[in-house]
Amino acid sequence: MAAKTDTSEAYVHRFAEAKATLAGHGLPWLAGLRERAIERFAALGFPTRRIEEWKFTDLRALTRTTFSPAPRLANGVTGDAVGRFLPADLPSHLLVFVNGHHRADLSDVGELPAGVRLCGLAEALAEAPELLEEQLCRDGALDGHAPLALNTAFMTDGAVLMLARGVALERPVHLLFLATGDEAPAVAHPRNIIVAEAASRATVIETYAAPAAGAYWTNAVTDIVMEADASVRHVKVQAESHDAFHLAVTRVRLAKGSAYNSFVASVGGRLARNEITAVLGEGVECRLGGVYLARGRQHLDTTTLIDHARPASFSNEHYRGVLDDSAHGVFQGKIIIRPDAQKTDAHQLNKNLLLSRTAHVDTKPELEIHADDVKCSHGAATGALDAEALFYLRSRGLDTDLAQRLLIEAFVGEIIDEVETTALRAHLRRVAAAWLTQVNK
Amino acid sequence: MLKIRNLHVAVDGKEILRGITLDVNAGEVHAIMGPNGSGKSTLAYLLAGREGYAATEGEILYDGRDLLALEPEERAREGVFLGFQYPVEIPGVGSMNFLKSAVNAVRKHRGQPELDAMDFLKLARQTMKLLEIDEALLSRPLNVGFSGGEKKRNEVFQMAMLEPRLAILDETDSGLDVDALKVVAKGINALRGETRAIVLITHYQRLLNYVVPDQVHVLADGRFVKSGGKELALEIEDQGYAALGLRDNSAAA
Amino acid sequence: MVAIAESVTSLTEGEYKYGFVSNVESDIAACGLSEDTVRFISAKKDEPEWLLAWRLKALRAWTTMKEPSWARVDYSPIDYQDVYYYAAPKSGDRPKSLDEIDPELLRTYEKLGIPLKEQEVLAGVAVDAVFDSVSVATTFKDKLAELGVIFCSFSEAVREHPELVRRYLGSVVPYTDNFFATLNSAVFSDGSFVYVPKGLRCPMELSTYFRINAENTGQFERTLIIADEGSYVSYLEGCTAPMRDENQLHAAVVELITHDDAQIKYSTVQNWYPGDKNGKGGIYNFVTKRGICRGRNSKISWTQVETGSAITWKYPSCILKGDYSVGEFYSVAVTNNYQQADTGTKMIHIGKHTRSTIVSKGISAGHAQNTYRGLVRMTPSAEGARNHTQCDALLLGDRCGAHTVPYIEVKNNTARVEHEATTSKISDDQLFYCRQRGLSAEDSVNLIVNGFCKQVLQNLPMEFAVEAQKLVGISLEGSVG
Repeated sequence: MAAKTDTSEAYVHRFAEAKATLAGHGLPWLAGLRERAIERFAALGFPTRRIEEWKFTDLRALTRTTFSPAPRLANGVTGDAVGRFLPADLPSHLLVFVNGHHRADLSDVGELPAGVRLCGLAEALAEAPELLEEQLCRDGALDGHAPLALNTAFMTDGAVLMLARGVALERPVHLLFLATGDEAPAVAHPRNIIVAEAASRATVIETYAAPAAGAYWTNAVTDIVMEADASVRHVKVQAESHDAFHLAVTRVRLAKGSAYNSFVASVGGRLARNEITAVLGEGVECRLGGVYLARGRQHLDTTTLIDHARPASFSNEHYRGVLDDSAHGVFQGKIIIRPDAQKTDAHQLNKNLLLSRTAHVDTKPELEIHADDVKCSHGAATGALDAEALFYLRSRGLDTDLAQRLLIEAFVGEIIDEVETTALRAHLRRVAAAWLTQVNK
Repeated sequence: MLKIRNLHVAVDGKEILRGITLDVNAGEVHAIMGPNGSGKSTLAYLLAGREGYAATEGEILYDGRDLLALEPEERAREGVFLGFQYPVEIPGVGSMNFLKSAVNAVRKHRGQPELDAMDFLKLARQTMKLLEIDEALLSRPLNVGFSGGEKKRNEVFQMAMLEPRLAILDETDSGLDVDALKVVAKGINALRGETRAIVLITHYQRLLNYVVPDQVHVLADGRFVKSGGKELALEIEDQGYAALGLRDNSAAA
Repeated sequence: MVAIAESVTSLTEGEYKYGFVSNVESDIAACGLSEDTVRFISAKKDEPEWLLAWRLKALRAWTTMKEPSWARVDYSPIDYQDVYYYAAPKSGDRPKSLDEIDPELLRTYEKLGIPLKEQEVLAGVAVDAVFDSVSVATTFKDKLAELGVIFCSFSEAVREHPELVRRYLGSVVPYTDNFFATLNSAVFSDGSFVYVPKGLRCPMELSTYFRINAENTGQFERTLIIADEGSYVSYLEGCTAPMRDENQLHAAVVELITHDDAQIKYSTVQNWYPGDKNGKGGIYNFVTKRGICRGRNSKISWTQVETGSAITWKYPSCILKGDYSVGEFYSVAVTNNYQQADTGTKMIHIGKHTRSTIVSKGISAGHAQNTYRGLVRMTPSAEGARNHTQCDALLLGDRCGAHTVPYIEVKNNTARVEHEATTSKISDDQLFYCRQRGLSAEDSVNLIVNGFCKQVLQNLPMEFAVEAQKLVGISLEGSVG
């Protein structure tokens, strides 16, 4: 119904040309899924600001350009480049992707305990497609979400992590996505699938970064399925190049008694949107946290939906933003409590610091509550650095720049401190510090 | 006045009181002591009619009537008062306004004329003076932001205003300093009389220095393990519950 | 939670005590909406050409507009051609004094608790009584006129003070503003007009009492209040309607203007017929209310108690243009049975050091849906501006909904915005505590609910606060006060 003033048709055409060569093209169920996905995308077109969920994020800068598929590179990225993006003192099972394609030569999966499968999606489609059909073809797999549909039509690679019942993975799994950003604007559609069977545990780190500057688009989707009593800790660092677009959707389904804990640090990208949708079963614990730090003309969007579908779950959400220059921050957090979800305990908080006169932020914390025996709250606060605190520090001899930096560091640090693992906390603090050193430039 | 016969009470399917028998006559003060977790508060809640506290066996007669058949407000209007261990905060509801509604609900039930604002205020002021309660407390929302001591004093104040026939005071002494304890005791003693009975539920003996009980009962694991005169309380103070062969869970909690 | 469930069940048996119909003959426009309808209304009121032209522009704009669908309210489509847009009691010319008013009308207002005659002698409250599409009486008019206060029906203002009306009409809510406001601009019939001259603190509460009586008739009133420099006025409106199985449409527009150092306090007790316990009938209440603090240091304060209507769609807002101006919104919205309310406010901060406060209390029972929807916008010029928002929702029963949809847009880093929201039910502890002191379950719920609303109710003028408190109780309780 929308008049197509964007490039969505170009993607539909490209799909027709490319479909015979996409990963798993010999699988009828997958071919069918891709067809349905591109049809859905064609019908939806790219979202515009007239759509409530995209009210504050204007994709026109993205949709003016047609991005071609990101090239598969056999070399060009070195192990040194990879090392820069890894947390110190935290050995991991490492999968590296360059331009969305798995690179075994850069990866270091190491030894995996029995009951753990960790490999690339393309590889899994070739070797054990039956494991993926159920995950990819779930009900509501496409929703009404155009970038998600586009990912489903074009997905080429990504990570597959499957944990058998009761397995506890000691080391974190690190999924590192690097983009080379060549002359022609290119798009990668990484698709990650994580399945944690009953009572299994793992930590997953997802990093998106670029060794060099460049304009490109990452359109990522991560699906996490958690069975009863499973526990997943998920840390994401979005540090794309400053000319890049990053749209990411993480969908989490939590079965009874499971626990999901997510932290997202978003610092890169010209326009980036991190979307998390969590559907909560009974007696579940779901914690979402994160920081978004933006400057220049960056636009960073955090959009979350926590859907309390069953009784007696707990959710807590806390995001903080720091916005400098003419940066634009967006926080949209929706909590739904369904009629069945009695005894729900759900809390949400969003705080923003505006460092410059032209930075701005749009916040929409939303509660939709259909059950009465619940405890629910949300809060939002936006303002400048506390003048009193600033004055106090200066009266102790600190110059303004340092005093400001200390206060910002504290503001961001408070929430990073909620991350459990010491090495991960240190890693996130470094990511924040790297951003901060540029504040008083 | 109050006859409890072989009372068994379960909460969430777990048996907390396991066969209690107790007689409280008009004019008497009974103290129920016992280690934490022995079931003292359960007994208090059951007497006041709290939802979720069900008698699985036995009976309670209040002036010969089946107490358990009455709604909480009916019990209150019949003169049963519970001083809460943790009085709940009710935002926006003025303490005075609340108490006036309560006093008039009870008076109406007794066939007494309802008090108008002036008469009520007069009565409240006299009582506040007796209990050394700051009038400002009553202009604040009910229990909101009250200190522990203020909450307990307010409970005793409400009791004085409602003039119950059977007052059950659940750990009304806990968290009070000596001065506050004396004031609370004064309030309780003022209520003592031929037609009234008081049940003090307490962990420690010290309130009993100021409100001397006629009988003391020790509750443990849902049963009365010992009853006696006021000297029993002193014995517990001296030797602790352990001397009675009881474990005090409060240390572990 | 048996006790709450029981008291809430008894709530649903509530009787609406203003549901009677007055037997008054009406003068009615032909059914439906067209240029002819607009011309008919304008002619009935003997309006000047410019106002007719304005109405017709609005009508043309309206025909190109779509009914908004973003609010969380669900109703069967309204057939705008099946509504009567004008109905007035047939009593010849507007009576010149209260003695000439149809006694049936006087009785109506007496029954509603607004005795137009005694009121004049008794309270310090001046009343404009609007019955269907016309104002039937305004009390204390002459006394107010002596002070320079204009308080009259909108129609009279058009006749007597055309320059003021022309200058301000549509200056806050333009005729193109939104579907319902535009509809109102085309067909508005009557309402109140207030002008408070420079430096005057209006010594009386001004109030308008709106009554829908005729069948199948929409009410489209228009209210315009101007507070000139350094003046103050407190204004209150009340509304009721008969019980009918059909839904009736009410689409009003209210515009407020404050100049330098002026203040308007605008209070609403909205008690339109809410429909029966099965959701049949009731008023569709689509209202656009907006004030502009034009002047430096001026203030607009909205207080609303919304207990009626099947559908409430209303967002009394403040445009804080003057430096140091202040906007306030205090709201209690009670929905029971199948009522739906989507209400809140917009605070648009433009001037420097502007401040706004939002306190919203939503109470939902039965199958009702209650939504707070609000916007706080700090524009780049809003140096040092402040907002504090608090939205609390209380749920009584497990089949109702309470929703909070705040939009917070901050484009100035010296501005500070804080938003807090909570949702809860009445706790078992609170209820048991009250009952242990001898209060019935129903009285306990009532007491706790009123405590929950207190922060808002205490902002109402004294004369109405008690009334409103009772109304909240009645809406939930079912007993006829």
